[in-house]
Amino acid sequence: MLDKIVKKLETATKGAVLEQIPVDQDDRLIIDKNMIHQVCRTLKQDKEMDFKLLAELTCVDYIEEETRFEVVYQLYSLSNKYRLRLKARVAEGDSIASVSDIWRVANPLEREVYDMFGVKFNNHPALTRILMWEGFEGHPLRKDFPLKRHQAIVPLRMEIEVKDDPPYNWTKYQKKRKLGLDK
Amino acid sequence: MSDPQKDIEGKELPSDVMEIQLGPSHPATHGIVKLDTKLSGETVLDMDVSIGFLHRGFEKMCEHRDWNQNMVFTDRLNYCSAPANNAAYASAVEKICGVELPDRGQWVRLIVTEISRVCDHLVCVAASVMELGGFSVYLYFIQAREELWFILDKICGSRLTTSMSRIGGQAYDLYDGFEDDIVAAFAKVRQAMEDGSKMITRNRIFYDRMRDVGKISEEDAIDLGFTGPVLRSTGCDYDVRKANPYWKYPEVDFEVPTGDRGDNYDRYLIRMEEIEQSMHIIDQAIEKLPEGNVFIDDFKIFLSPKSETYNSIEGLIHHFKIIMNGPAVPKGEAYFAIESPNGEHGYYVVSDGGSLPYRVRARPTCLPMTMALPELCKGGMIADIVPTFGSINMIGGELER
Repeated sequence: MLDKIVKKLETATKGAVLEQIPVDQDDRLIIDKNMIHQVCRTLKQDKEMDFKLLAELTCVDYIEEETRFEVVYQLYSLSNKYRLRLKARVAEGDSIASVSDIWRVANPLEREVYDMFGVKFNNHPALTRILMWEGFEGHPLRKDFPLKRHQAIVPLRMEIEVKDDPPYNWTKYQKKRKLGLDK
Repeated sequence: MSDPQKDIEGKELPSDVMEIQLGPSHPATHGIVKLDTKLSGETVLDMDVSIGFLHRGFEKMCEHRDWNQNMVFTDRLNYCSAPANNAAYASAVEKICGVELPDRGQWVRLIVTEISRVCDHLVCVAASVMELGGFSVYLYFIQAREELWFILDKICGSRLTTSMSRIGGQAYDLYDGFEDDIVAAFAKVRQAMEDGSKMITRNRIFYDRMRDVGKISEEDAIDLGFTGPVLRSTGCDYDVRKANPYWKYPEVDFEVPTGDRGDNYDRYLIRMEEIEQSMHIIDQAIEKLPEGNVFIDDFKIFLSPKSETYNSIEGLIHHFKIIMNGPAVPKGEAYFAIESPNGEHGYYVVSDGGSLPYRVRARPTCLPMTMALPELCKGGMIADIVPTFGSINMIGGELER
């Protein structure tokens, strides 16, 4: 099934599939981020592949690699009963095309990726924070965001001296940076 | 019918669209969801859904705790069906490790997941009927759920936050006398369901409030990402247990009820029928339950029993490493989905070979349905929001993790 899909994608969208990884019941394709929209449209509209259900749209932060974020799409084909995972790497500050015009469920899921990681989606109807409140600074699920940061929703009446987080709240990556071990 | 906009002398009354907010704390939006509605009279013109009031940072916390310590977090996702969440998370991590439980372990996982499905559906139907005014049904169904919670209490010590699974097996096996308890409990559940449904299923008021309310077509439902009873009410028969079977589901015989109109009444009927089917599955599973362990043999992943720990040096070393470092999960990633009471509940787990998970993502089963509430409620009346909201079974813990 994975070979058939890759063949069809090669004819419809050249050069999109960078790598294919077949695993039992967990096939993955690594897609070039600039062509993700054409790939998703092909996968949904092709009558044989028919990936009508977008089960999951999320992101992983690989902070120690060059292109930091990997946006993960989990597709499901009801007629073939087949799951497929697409992965696309996005660099920090970069943006990726939104698939919310292909599957409407991508609208809240992409808002959550933007909220938690800071990955921007082009042509999204309303890319605003969904879980954190408006005015929240930072993107919580990034690896360099500390676990226990206090941020007031209502501005504090008095100026509080903002101290650095204590060491036991630092993530592994913050420890490396603050102790200078990443040089 | 005279136009309500015109007053007695035939002049038009000025009217604006009324914006009303079914605020975060509202008895009918159980869990915390803010609905900003725009009304014209009683008709809902538009609606905007705001969530995020219960966001507890599940995914961030999972990256700072051990694989097995995250089990208690998964309890608190869909807190009405905790055993199902535990089993799904454990199965996803076991997929990375490439291990499969022995037969008895898979059967026990199946049994506790189906018990949790009965509990969740009872609560969902009870709560939505209570919001329409049928308080007695709520009492009967919650009492029925008590019987099942008593059994879960005997298995693992907790009623709600069970934490039954571990990576590589179940922490608690079924006890002696489980079969008799189940037979007695199911008799009470069936009696409660019969008493309750006699009051509402053919009740004129209930039928009028639920029939043709919150309708959605099959195509729209799939496009909006619905799964579970809400999707099956539109006519699509996607059930992960039948489509991509896991554990021991190929060996049990059950039916998947589907509706045809996609409205609230179909979802109510589907949930009642699914309770019946789950009880049928558990009866078959009890007959087929083999002897054996409920955990795997590899004690680098599952905590070894004390006989191994105290009597062999490898057992001691494995015990030490698991307690200090956590299970030896290799580098990799996996997505594993089960049919939870709400729909397809999957975990996308990434491991970098270390002692802590790199990324744990729980698919929020009720997020597509909650964010598609405007589609379900537009054109209806404001009073129709209440049964619609109840029928999608929004659980706050799972929506916002």
